Formats: sequence, structure tokens, C-alpha cells
Amino acid sequence: MSQRMPLSNRLYMGLGFFFLYAPIVSLIVYSFNTSRLVTVWGGFSMHWYDKLIHDDDLLHAVGLSFKIAFLSATLALVLGTIAGLVMARFGRFKGSSLFAGLVTAPMVMPEVICGLSLLLLFVALQTGFGCTGDVPPTGWFVQAGCAAFGERGVITIWIGHTTLCLAYVAVMVQSRLREMDRSLEEAAMNLGCTPFKVFFVITIPVISQALLASWLLSFTLSLDDYVLTAFLSGPGSTTMPMWIFSSIKLGLSPEVNALATIVVAIVTVLVVVSNRLMISAQRKRERAIQAALAEG
Amino acid sequence: MMKRWLARFVPKGRTTVTAIPYSWLLVFFVLPFFFVLKISFSEPTIAKPPYTPLVQVTEDTKVTVSLNPAPYRTLTREVDEFATKPWTEARQDSQYLVAYWNAIKLALLTTILTLLIGYPIAYNIARSDDSTRNTLLMLVMIPFWTSFLLRVYAWIGILKDNGVINNILMSLGVIHEPISMLYTPFSVLLGMVYNYLPFMILPLYANLVKLDGRLLEAAEDLGSKPWPTFFQITLPLSRAGIIAGSMMVFIPAVGEYVIPSLLGGGEVVFIGNKLWEDYGVNLNWPQASAVAVVMLALLCGPIIWLHRFEQRRKEQEQ
Repeated sequence: MSQRMPLSNRLYMGLGFFFLYAPIVSLIVYSFNTSRLVTVWGGFSMHWYDKLIHDDDLLHAVGLSFKIAFLSATLALVLGTIAGLVMARFGRFKGSSLFAGLVTAPMVMPEVICGLSLLLLFVALQTGFGCTGDVPPTGWFVQAGCAAFGERGVITIWIGHTTLCLAYVAVMVQSRLREMDRSLEEAAMNLGCTPFKVFFVITIPVISQALLASWLLSFTLSLDDYVLTAFLSGPGSTTMPMWIFSSIKLGLSPEVNALATIVVAIVTVLVVVSNRLMISAQRKRERAIQAALAEG
Repeated sequence: MMKRWLARFVPKGRTTVTAIPYSWLLVFFVLPFFFVLKISFSEPTIAKPPYTPLVQVTEDTKVTVSLNPAPYRTLTREVDEFATKPWTEARQDSQYLVAYWNAIKLALLTTILTLLIGYPIAYNIARSDDSTRNTLLMLVMIPFWTSFLLRVYAWIGILKDNGVINNILMSLGVIHEPISMLYTPFSVLLGMVYNYLPFMILPLYANLVKLDGRLLEAAEDLGSKPWPTFFQITLPLSRAGIIAGSMMVFIPAVGEYVIPSLLGGGEVVFIGNKLWEDYGVNLNWPQASAVAVVMLALLCGPIIWLHRFEQRRKEQEQ
């Protein structure tokens, strides 16, 4: 299997990766441009980076995005892991096909549809709780409802992003659970461990890498999402993608290039490091298995 | 008797566990669609929220339900336009229909192009040895993890009149006048292919990497040439990957909003843009809802097909 690729295939792959990377490289190059005109080269400068880190609107938006991304990734990890477990282990039950469909549908469902429909739900909740702003809410139930849905913002975006990310987590967890060796779980069960305990003591440590990967993917998905956020955000909740979108709409800005360069740098380091960690963990596991076999 | 009847409703451990994500999805994914359906039958008003209630209870506790078909009329009227008037004339008055058509046409082209470009990439990654495979996969993943908006933005700088391509071509003396590439169907298509390519490559790769290499060796030993081997063995066996990848690209591409609004610049309008315009600019939420209902109805077929296909595949694997 491990044959060298023929020259023609190498050439094709080169072209393919050129197509994937040329736009990103051009973004990075022009972020160091002195000229305000993004695509006319005026000499090297770090001016736009300096401007970027002093842009209060952007810094606020980045802070908000990170907060929402952290909340969404965490809740999606919890819900998605349960959903993945249900799909991988519970077999067929009444409504299992519908469940699997519902879990994965947010991955392909156009975001304008999800955004609009969730927004209409929140508006209905808002009117349902009666939080129009004229009368202060009374009773803990109404107060809680109005605190959550009275104004669109972090909570509404959080719910939207969680629903989207849940799908990705569930699919990754499900496929990891399917390929996992179940003998450990079965052994624990035979020794009298409750299913609940087996899950926390055995299953979770075994699939921890998949969990970390899905948390990271959810985090970036949330950090990156524009359409859902635009529907679900209210006044004062401008996230980083919304800042980027309006900057682009106003015309090309070298500040956006500078931001892009920072994002690409962070993502590249994260992907490469996590990949290295995963490979070394896998090698370690393989060595451990071989050692165990040799002893046995 | 009563006890046994009640016991049926006391949830077991598994039921409780299933109920947590299930109820989340029912409340925040399924229930909202009913609100879209409901509001698509109401009338826009200047109020908060900007639509009329469907059910009204008058003083003498009379309940009146009023369904307003106007949002759907707007759409069916455009169908009539195409049926009665010549196409060039009908196109001008049928913004919604043209927007649906643009979205479906470019989504279809995007699917075909990403499949043609992505298949060889996925195939080569799947066929390479372990360490190269890992690096190549990482190279596919990095743009996918980078901000989607920024990747679209990159193309504006490349395609615009004094952008990278025109600058290079002009300085080489190939052209003297810049070529207008931005804000055309071409630029939208390019942006879509670029952004959706990883969504095609990854499912294809996941499928191709499982392909049993011995089958190909057997074919070779029996004297089959590379191309016939590909068409008779590899391609049919990768059908699941092709279908999954195509649907993963086509369905969200139909509802695309960001790419046509940044790279289409008002010249290429998708139905997602019309929906956003009705929602945000015209404050006509019933119309936006009707547009969403029709879009969902159009996508129902592909979504259910994809789901059935995935379910069958999973059952076969077990």
C-alpha cells in the first residue's frame, strides 16, 4: 500500500493544495502592507497589527466570541456525548431513526433556516413570558424566562451554537464508540459495575481524545459562526464574525488581513500540536498492547 | 392495575439518558419550524413582534383563526409570471424565483466541481503511506478550521479589479484592462467551491481509506488496466462516500448567505439573501418565513435521502 505517488498525482495534489492555500497566503502577505489599499504593495509594516490590538470594538467582540464559544463547546460536548452514546450503544428503540436524523440534521440544514426558526421561537417565548419592557416581570418563573429570553444576546446565541455543535460532537463520539474495544466495558460490567459507573470510569477515559477533538471543533465552529449569530444576537452583542462581516462590507481593510493572519497562526499551531499528541498517544498505546501480548 | 399503568410512565435509566438530548433537539430544532410555519401565515404589522397573531380571542370568547396566504401568493404569482410572460420579462418581476434558481443552480455546480476536484485529492490521500497521509489530512483540515468569513474575504482581494490576479496579469502585459471577475456568478461559484471543498474531501477520504487494497491488487494481477479498475471497482465501492459528500455540500450550499452577499455584491442573489432582506431590511417576517418553508420543502427530499442512506450504511457495517 505504501507506494510512492506517481508524478502526475503529485502534480495534481500540488495544484489542489495551491488552490486551498494561495488565498490564505495572499491574506497573510498583504497584512504586512504599509498601504491602506489592500492589494497595492507599499512596503513592509506591522502598522495594522498595532491598530488591531488597540481597536476596542474588536477586542470586545473577540472577548464575547470566546465566551460564547467556550459555553457552547462545553454544553455541546455534554449533550453531544450523550447523543453519540445513545446512537452507538442503545440499538433500536421507538423513534431511534428520528433521533439519529435530528442529531445530524443541523450539520447540513442551511443556517438561514435554523437562524430564522430559532429566532421566531425566542420571540414567541419573549411575548409568551410577557417581557415587553413596560411592566417589570413578577414571579420567579417569569423573571427567569425574561432574564433568558427577554433580550437576545449571549443566551440565545449560546443555545443556537450548542444545537449546531451538538451534531458534530455526536457524530465524532459515535464513530469513536463504534470502533472502541468493548471488552473493557464488558469486563467491568461482569465484575458488577453499574452502567453509570462504567461510562465514567472506563468509557470516558478511553474516548477522551475524541472528546477533546470534538470540544475543539465545537469551539472553532462557534467562534466562526456568522449567520446563526446574526439572527440570534441583539443590540450590544456583536461577536468577532459580525465585526469581520461589517468590516468587509465597508470595504477591504488591512486590519482584517492582520486578524486573519493571527487566526491562521493560532489554528495551525493548534492543529499541528494536537496531531502530534494524538500520533504519539496512538504509538504509546500500540507499544503497550504489544508489550502486553509479549508478556501474555 | 393502576400501579402497572403508572409504571409504564416511570422512565427507566436508558429512557432518561435518551430524553436529555432528545428533548433539547425537539425544543430547539423541531419546535422552531412550527413557528416558521405559523408565522408564514400571518400578516406583517408595525409592532413588536412585527406580525399579527393567527388566533384571536374576542370579548365574547369567540375564537377566530385568520390565515393570510399573501406570503405564498407572492411566490405563486411569480410562477404565473413565468407561465404567461416571455422569460426575459418574467425574470425581472420574479426576484424570489430567480433567487431560488440561482441558489439551486450554483449549489449543483458547486457539488459537481467539488466532487471532480476533491475525489482525486481524497483518493491520493487514502492511498499514501501512514505518515504522509497524516500530513496531507492536516493540510486539508487547516483551512477548514480557519475562519470561513476570512476565507471568503481572501477571494475579494484576489479577484477585484485592482486585485492580485489582475495586477499580475497586467504587469506581465497579458491584459491592459482589468478583467471584472468579482460580483459575477463566476466569483460566487469559485468562493463556494473553495469553501465547500473540505466538506467533500473528508467524507470521500473516510470512505476510500476503508477500501480493501487487495481488491485492486487482484484486479491488477488478473490483467485489468488502471482506468477500468478504477471505474469497475474503486468508483462503485466509493458510492457511499460520493453520496454523503455531495449531500454535505449541496444542502447547505442551497441556503448559502455569506458567499453570495460578499462575492456576489448584489449581482448574484441567492434565496438566503432574499430571506435575510425580508427579515432584516423589509421587516416582513411572514414573507421571510414563507421563503424558509418553501426552501425547506425543496431540501426535504435530499435531507431524507441522505438520512436513509446513512442509516442503511450503518446497519450494513454492524
